Parts: sequence; C-alpha cells; structure tokens
Amino acid sequence: MCSKSSGVLTAVIGLAVAGWGQTAGADTLRLLTWGGYAPDDVIEMFEAETGHTVEVTLSNNEEMIAKLRATAGGGFDLAQPSQDRIAGPQEEFGIYKPIDMSKIDQDKFIPSMLSATMANTTVGGEVYGVPHVWGTSGLVLDTANAGMVEDYTDLCSDEVAGKVSYRLKRPTLIGFAFAMGMDPFAAYGDEAAYTEIMEKVEAKLVECKPNVKTYWGGGDELMGLVRSGEVVASMAWDTGGWKLNADNPDISFVAPASGALGWIDTFVLPAKGQADDAAYDWINFVMQPEIAAKITDAAGNFTASKGADEFVDDALKARYQASFPPEAVDNIKWYPPVPAGLEAIEGGVLDRVKAAN
Amino acid sequence: MRAGTKLGFILLLTPLLLWLSLLIIIPHIDMFLVSIRERVDVRQYETSLANYLTFFQEPLYLRTFLRTAVMSVLATLITLLIAFPVSYYIAKIAKGRLQAVLFVLCLIPFYVSELVRTFGWMILLRETGVFSNLLQWAGLADRPVEMLYNDAAIMIGLVYTSMLFMVVPLVTTLESLDDAVVEAGYDLGGNGYSVLREIVIPHATPGIVSGSIVVFMLSLGNYLTPTMLGGKDSLWFTELIYSQFIVRFNWELGAAFGFLLLLLSSLIVWGMLRLTGQTLKETMG
Repeated sequence: MCSKSSGVLTAVIGLAVAGWGQTAGADTLRLLTWGGYAPDDVIEMFEAETGHTVEVTLSNNEEMIAKLRATAGGGFDLAQPSQDRIAGPQEEFGIYKPIDMSKIDQDKFIPSMLSATMANTTVGGEVYGVPHVWGTSGLVLDTANAGMVEDYTDLCSDEVAGKVSYRLKRPTLIGFAFAMGMDPFAAYGDEAAYTEIMEKVEAKLVECKPNVKTYWGGGDELMGLVRSGEVVASMAWDTGGWKLNADNPDISFVAPASGALGWIDTFVLPAKGQADDAAYDWINFVMQPEIAAKITDAAGNFTASKGADEFVDDALKARYQASFPPEAVDNIKWYPPVPAGLEAIEGGVLDRVKAAN
Repeated sequence: MRAGTKLGFILLLTPLLLWLSLLIIIPHIDMFLVSIRERVDVRQYETSLANYLTFFQEPLYLRTFLRTAVMSVLATLITLLIAFPVSYYIAKIAKGRLQAVLFVLCLIPFYVSELVRTFGWMILLRETGVFSNLLQWAGLADRPVEMLYNDAAIMIGLVYTSMLFMVVPLVTTLESLDDAVVEAGYDLGGNGYSVLREIVIPHATPGIVSGSIVVFMLSLGNYLTPTMLGGKDSLWFTELIYSQFIVRFNWELGAAFGFLLLLLSSLIVWGMLRLTGQTLKETMG
C-alpha cells in the first residue's frame, strides 16, 4: 500500500521534474545554502569563469535536512549543513553521496579544519563533507547595561531580568550545560547520562524563563530586539554581535567563560544531485583566498580557506580579535557529530521548557 | 444524447476528483502510513501505534492541544461578537454605495499578506512600539509597557486574521432577511432584544454556524500568528507539528499529531453542531 501510493506520487513528481529539467540544462548548480554564503558578485564571477549557472535557495540546518529527506536527496546539487549534522542523517536517511576528494583542491583548505571535518563526516569509510564557513555562538551583550554577564547562566540573574533572549534550540541546551559545569559532548554516546544532563538544564531553563523576554527565532528578530534596547543580553552568533557593534559600539560579542560553541558549515553532495562537476567547480572556486574573503565580508564569518584572512576587511578583523583573545580561541568547544536519537531527548526538553509557566 | 451527458458529467467531475485524490486523499494515506511507523533503530521501522500513545501519555502534548482548542473557541466567539453588529450594519442599515464601500473596507486588510499584517501588530504592541509610546506621551504610563508575547496578543491577532471569514457569511444570510419580517416583529409588540432573539438570530443561524466553523478551523490551524505574537509562551499545536517534522526529524510523531489534529478538530466541530442543534446539511444548504 505504502509503495503503491508513494509510487503514484513519485511518478507525478517525476513528470513535473522531467519537464523542468529540460529547460534547466545540465550545468545548472542548485545550491542549498545559508544567507550570505553565495553573494551575488561571487556568483557572477563564477558564472563568467565556468559557464555554469547558479540557483541559490536559502535555508538553515534543520530545513536543509528536512528538504533533502523529503526528496531522498534530490532537488539540489550542493548543500551546506553543519559538520555535526552529516553523519547522523546520512546513517538514518541516506541523503548524501560520498565526496571524491581527488576532485577537490585540498591545499586551499586550512589543513587542521579539513582533516577534522573529514573525520567527523566519515560514514562507512567514505567522506561526506568538506569545511566551508566556521563561526561560534556565545553572548551578545549591551556592555553598558549588562556588563556583569560573563556566562550563559548569568542570563538568569536579577540584574537583567526581563531583558534577556535566547533561542529555544539545541545550542542553548549545550551552552547552558557547559556553563553549569557539565560536559554534554562527553555524554553523547551515553543516552542515560545525556538525559540526566538535559534534565538539569531543563530545570535551569524553566527557572530562568521569567527572565526571558522572548525566545528569538531568526537573526533579524534578534537584531531588532537588541537594537531597540528591549534586550540587553542574548545568546547569539558572533556575526550578529559584530554587525550590531558596527551600529552601536556598546554592543559586542563576548565569548562566555565556559567557552564559545564552534560550528563549521560544510559542503555536501545530495544523494540525487545532477551536477556534481559544477558542484566541485563551485567548491574549488569559492575556496580561493580572494573569493573566500568576499564571502567573509558578506556573511561576517571566516572560512576554512587558507590565507583568506589577509584579504578580509580590517574592521571585521579587529572585531574578531576583540571578541577572541588567543585563550578564548583555544577554549572554543567544537560540536562533535550528533548521534542519531539525541534529538528526541532534546526535543522533549525544549517542548517542556516552552510549555512551562 | 444520454451518453453525451454522461461524458460531460465525467469531464466536469474530473478536475474535482483529481484535486481531491492527488492533493488530499493520497497524501493523507501516505501520512497515515508514516504515522503508524515506529523507529526502533537506524533505518529500522515497525508498525505500531506508539506515536499515538505518545500523544496521550505525555501530558504536555494533550495540554497543548486543549489550550489550542480552547483559545480557538474563544477567538471564534470574540470574532462572532465583533462581526455580528458590523455585518448587520452592512447588510441592513447601510444602503447603496455605502454598503459596498464598507464591505470593501472589511476586505482591504486581506490584500496584504498575513505575515505583513502580523508584523504590523508587532510594531504596534512591542515595548518600544506605537501603543507603548502613546501611553507614555499621554501620561498614562511612566515607563515602556510590553503588550506583546502574551495570550491577549495572540487573541488579537487571531480575531483580526479571521474577521473577514465571519463577516462574509453573516452579510450573505442577513441580506436575505426580509425587512418586512423585522417590521412585523415590532408591530406585534416586540422590542429590539426580542426581535433580535426571535427573528434575526434564527434567520442568521446558518451564517453564524458556517462562519464559526471556518474561523475555528483557521485559528486551530494557524501557525504564524501564535508563533510571532505569542513569543515565549506561544505553544500552539501546529507549532508542535512543525517542530516534529522540521527540527526533530521525527516525521512519524509529526504525522500522528497531524492526524490527531484532523480527528479532534472534526470531533469538536461535530460536537458543537450537536450542542447547538444544527446539522451540517442545514448549514451548507
């Protein structure tokens, strides 16, 4: 029954896609990515140099995986989920295809970042991801009004009551766990231990809820809240803090005492991608230092391209160095791959926090 | 001749059947099959009702559904209370051009997308927003007032969003009410209240019921308004479904929730019809 109904569906969708594919041509690169990762000027240069055309769809981690899952890895030729979200979904849904490392200019990457990402995205001996853009999440503070906040748990203190915001997503759970002196990454392999940690975090977040103005959903929402002064301290991405810093020098990104959380967004090939050559061309093209610097200027985050720092805007470099003294860089906690099944534990916690009064 | 009409009938029916089967029935069958699947291990699934059990065993989910249902019923009642006088004025008191103008005025907000309308409410209600500043300027408040991110804000958004869907059926039914009947009611010694209760409302009942069903279903299935205006306390059932599908990758539970929403909301509508002594046939006919 299931195969019959989905068979009909596949046939209908297949017809629609076939009609579409004829007009699209073979060297159209359908790129599923984040805002700022494919700036218009870079696309123009790429199209002029290679003759491929690029169609960009903007998304986020969860939506990327949900989209690829819905089509079993079709509809896009190149996607950019974070490195910790590749191995789990690949094992569970099989939505990516292995990367042929011989087609990638490996010297253009920062070696440590490339090897770490390859190790984290290896499933069954095959590599599924190479690094592109990296960054951290930590605290965005209005130092004039919330200078006392040094770690995530300080968001629950009375001085900032009612003027605090964070996302109700997994980075918040992980960040609070570290700030409370626990190590959730070490418990990734042990569901019982992880559940115990999450229960403590849940209690803390429920207790903290009256302090929170609202849980922000998207970057623009957070920008609005902080710019208007309605929120003075928030958990956020580094780029958000740097952008706000450009408008108001009091606001800045601060790496929390327990360590900022580091993420790396990657390149992966969806299982049913139809333009692998164009995808490899794009990867090699954007990893050139000058091009990577353009992406850094647009997205605000640094890339895994070796030597791109030299070409980056000085103001951004200065903000980066102010937020990350060398010891804070060493203290960055990089996300290990999320084992399948942990999302269910976290999901229950997040739902209960949201429902708490 | 006979075969010709039959062919015509089939041809006319085809778009409807295609619509129903391709866009509604087949996806629902597929979703039902997903909802009775239980993940036991990586890429291993078993047929079971575990997802439905989860809904009834975890108090949070049941509570969220009840909260959504109660808020939607409340939103429907408030919408009806506001829309009834408006519709009565448009249908019975306003004449000619004024009638058309008033009707268009009700329609105009719907030229703008729901997202923009909701953002409009956010600009009005937020702490640094229009109302807060107005109150401070008038000396009624001595510091910024936060009116966003609570149940009242959700309610305002829901009522505003569904107003048109109540006004249209009400205007249509009220227009068919003969003025002479209302006059006769007064001639027979009725006052405003008894005429309303004995003549206007019974006549308008099909409009009230169909408007209420539409508004209730729209509120229950609304995603945008509760999420944006409700903030940290928004928890709405559709939001749970969204997060199961998109954030948790748990399609099985999400599909079960979707089915339960369909069943329980149909049950509520049926219950309401029974409670008010209406049948679907009277309402639609």
